[in-house]
Order: sequence, then C-alpha cells, then structure tokens
Amino acid sequence: MTKMERTKQSRDAWNWLWEWANPVKFMHLTGKALPWVVGLTLVTLIPGLIWGFFFTPEADKFGSSVKIIYVHVPSAMMAINAWAMMLVASLIWLVRRHHVGALAAKAAAPVGVVFTVIALLTGAIWGQPMWGTWWAWDPRLTSFLILFLFYLGYMALWAAIDDPDTAADLTSVLAIVGSVFAVLSRYAVNFWNQGLHQGASLSLDAEENVADVYWQPLVLTLVGIVALFVALVFIRTRTQLRRRRLHALELRERMADA
Amino acid sequence: MPDLGKYAEAVLSAWGISIFLVLALVGLSWRQSVVARRQLEAAEARAAKRGKSDDA
Repeated sequence: MTKMERTKQSRDAWNWLWEWANPVKFMHLTGKALPWVVGLTLVTLIPGLIWGFFFTPEADKFGSSVKIIYVHVPSAMMAINAWAMMLVASLIWLVRRHHVGALAAKAAAPVGVVFTVIALLTGAIWGQPMWGTWWAWDPRLTSFLILFLFYLGYMALWAAIDDPDTAADLTSVLAIVGSVFAVLSRYAVNFWNQGLHQGASLSLDAEENVADVYWQPLVLTLVGIVALFVALVFIRTRTQLRRRRLHALELRERMADA
Repeated sequence: MPDLGKYAEAVLSAWGISIFLVLALVGLSWRQSVVARRQLEAAEARAAKRGKSDDA
C-alpha cells in the first residue's frame, strides 16, 4: 500500500464521525440512540442515587453529610465536562463550519449551567457544617464561580446577536477562553496547594480516592449523570436544528407572500 | 429513611435542590422539544400545500 493510499484509508476511517455533522443524519442517528441513552440513564442514575442515599454508612469525618457527595461531585464533574464538550463542538464549528457543532454547544450550555448551580449550592450547603462557612475564596471555588459566570455570558451572547453564524463565531471564542477556568476548577487544588476544598474524590491515583463503600455508588451515579447529559444534549440539539429549519421555512413563506 | 442526625437539614436540602433543578431542566427541555417539533410539522405542512398549489 502506498503512503497516499494509507493516508486515504486513515481519513476514510474517520468519515463515520463526520456523519454526525450532517443535520439530517444527526437527527436520524440521535433519534435511534436516544431511547438507549435514556434507558442507560434510568438504570444507572436512579439505582446509584438510591444506593448512595439509603445504603451507605456515615463517614468518620463527615457523618451523614457524606451523602451530599452523590449530588455534589457528579454535578461538579459534569459542569466542567459540559464546558469541555462545548469547547470541542465550538472548535468543530470554527474549523469545519458545521452548524451541528455550534448548535450542540448552544444546546449544552443550559445543561452545564444547571449542573454548575447544583455544584455551587450543594457545595455551600455542605461547607456550612463542615467548614463553618457557606463560601470561601478558595482557588477551586473561585474558579468554579468564574466558570458559572462564563456559562451565563455564553448564553447571553447567543441571545444578544441576531445573526446565528456571527453568534456561533463569538460564542466559540468565549468557549475557548472559558476553558481556562474549566481546567482550573478541576486542577486548582494541585496548582496552588491551598484552600479549604479537599482534593479529588475520584482520581487515577488510587490513594487519593474516597473509600470503596462510597466510591462504588458514586461511580454508578457518575455514569448516570453522563448519560443524562448526553440525552439532554441530544434532545436540545434536535430542538435547535428544528428551530433552524423552522426559521428557514418561515423566511421562505414571508418571501413568497411578499 | 436513614437516620441523618444533625446533618439532616443539609443533606435533605442539598438533595432536594438537586433533584428539583434536574427535573425542571428535563421538563423544560422536553417541552421545548415538543413545541419545536409541532411548529416545524405545521410549517412543513404549509410548505407542502403551497408547493402543490403552485404546481396546479
């Protein structure tokens, strides 16, 4: 096989991924996948939450407040990863000009902001009995608050600009800039080695993880929340695509009536 | 219901807020999806009708 043939074969191997960028194919593929993703959400998230709330013991340091981990940690993780997904989708728009990328990022933002709010609120509720304060200007908490503001700014920018392509361009740049705070939200503890917030609850370094009795239902809940995120992004992106098609049809109607 | 002791208020309010916000998000997303689908179907039906009357 020549080098050119090998390059073509390698490029063809990724073509299936770009099928998702075609709006018609995206609707078809997500329509088929959605029931499975919703099913996965139900069989992982609900059992994980029930396991975590009803069947885990009190922790030595945290007492029963350790049960907040099952809503706080998955939400915080998803808030950061939602922004990462928005970044990738935005780059697809900026580089390849695929509208599905821009609309998927737009669709994901409200989901990410809800998870960010949940993480901030549950963190404050947990912090009060543990640290004696609702809030501290700790590196991780501060980065998370800034990420929340970036989410709000991202959604506001989409709403403020009439031309959808211009809005997609500007919000994509914002997604790139905001990624700094998504990274800091996860790694600030390592960078600054200070602050109230503890280190990672889940890590590739096994010594740092929570105990197994809490870790197992937590992982199940995490899988569930990722599945929930995917389901919601599919549903919301399909809505955005329908609205875009509706807008085009309404424009055509107005031109025909004129 | 497990005995949550002195952290009962914190645990229940954290879980309550989380479940409420997630359900609100799911409900809103679903409703927007249904409305958009109905509006698009109506617009496509009008476009198809206009196409037929233009051909006639």
